[in-house]
Amino acid sequence: MDQNLINDKPVKYMNPYLAGIGLGLVLLASFLVMGRGLGASGAFSTLIAAGTSVVAPEHAQSNAYFSEYLGGSLGETLKDWLLFEVIGVVIGGFVSGLLAGRIKLKTDKGPNISNGKRYLFAFIGGGLMGVGAKIARGCTSGQALTGGASLAFGSWVFMMMVFTGGYMFAYFIRRQWR
Amino acid sequence: MITPLFKFGYFGDEFSLIVAVLIGIGFGFFLERAGFGSSTKLAAQFYFYDMTVLKVMFTAIVTAMVGLLYFGWLGILDLTLVSVNQTYLASQIVGGLILGIGFVIGGYCPGTSVVACATGKKDAMVFLLGVIFGIFVFGEFNTIFEPLMELTAMGRVLLPDVLHLSYGLVVFLVVLMAIGAFTLAEYVEKILALKKDK
Repeated sequence: MDQNLINDKPVKYMNPYLAGIGLGLVLLASFLVMGRGLGASGAFSTLIAAGTSVVAPEHAQSNAYFSEYLGGSLGETLKDWLLFEVIGVVIGGFVSGLLAGRIKLKTDKGPNISNGKRYLFAFIGGGLMGVGAKIARGCTSGQALTGGASLAFGSWVFMMMVFTGGYMFAYFIRRQWR
Repeated sequence: MITPLFKFGYFGDEFSLIVAVLIGIGFGFFLERAGFGSSTKLAAQFYFYDMTVLKVMFTAIVTAMVGLLYFGWLGILDLTLVSVNQTYLASQIVGGLILGIGFVIGGYCPGTSVVACATGKKDAMVFLLGVIFGIFVFGEFNTIFEPLMELTAMGRVLLPDVLHLSYGLVVFLVVLMAIGAFTLAEYVEKILALKKDK
């Protein structure tokens, strides 16, 4: 770490198998302590429901989907386990990045694409992810990782479909990355 | 049996939020360590020249899966109190495909985009706006998706139920499958690296 500060060069990423064991132990800890796994997209559902309830309270209450995420008050709504977990993800990601000298404002993209196009694709991909995660009732964290470890049948089907969808479409978007 | 601690009433809702932050910190830390704060690294999985996503994901699944089995056997963990995702085959197939396509177009998934935002990636910030927009659109038009989402509701179904094998044997088979996948991944990466050098 000290050497990194002197060299001002980012540290190499962790061995993937070691990082995987670390991630698995965090997931296991969540099972043992909370009786539930990890998640990500659910936190944003809570935020959006809360936001909608502030801007248009009646609309949020009458919406079958948003109302499920609403508590008695805004404070109650925001006391959501996944939301607090994601706050932790921000902290943990930042700390790891800081220790490795990887905190830097930049756009991560392939060599043959402009920033503008990268943002466009990022927004489209994010939008699809948002819709897909809600249809599947979870994303890579809540379905693939958590459901995979607890051997949930539907989560394994989901995981295979994520890879299928990605590999099927990879050819059409290859210019963005290579 | 004493775990899951929360389910046995060792602490309440307020403290569970502190636990949430702590677990999240561990989650975010290892995602970033693995290199998942970078869309180019994540997307490389779909072009076979960097299989880190597969390696990290399957190692994490195997670790937690074996841990669940082990602590269950020891009588420390009551597995019936661990919440398991319900199976809705149709929505998990459709949602999974959309998610996969979104992954290769956007370069992140929701969790990794949070880590990438935390380390300053501007494309991840735009991606996250997209996620929020997507969830909002889904919420506004949720009645359209409802028939699909309720189709093939199968409840709590585990792989051992479907395969008619014991829980322990399925765990063993998943471990074998993971080792096979890792071997293949290492091999493919080596081949592609050689090709690149030429």
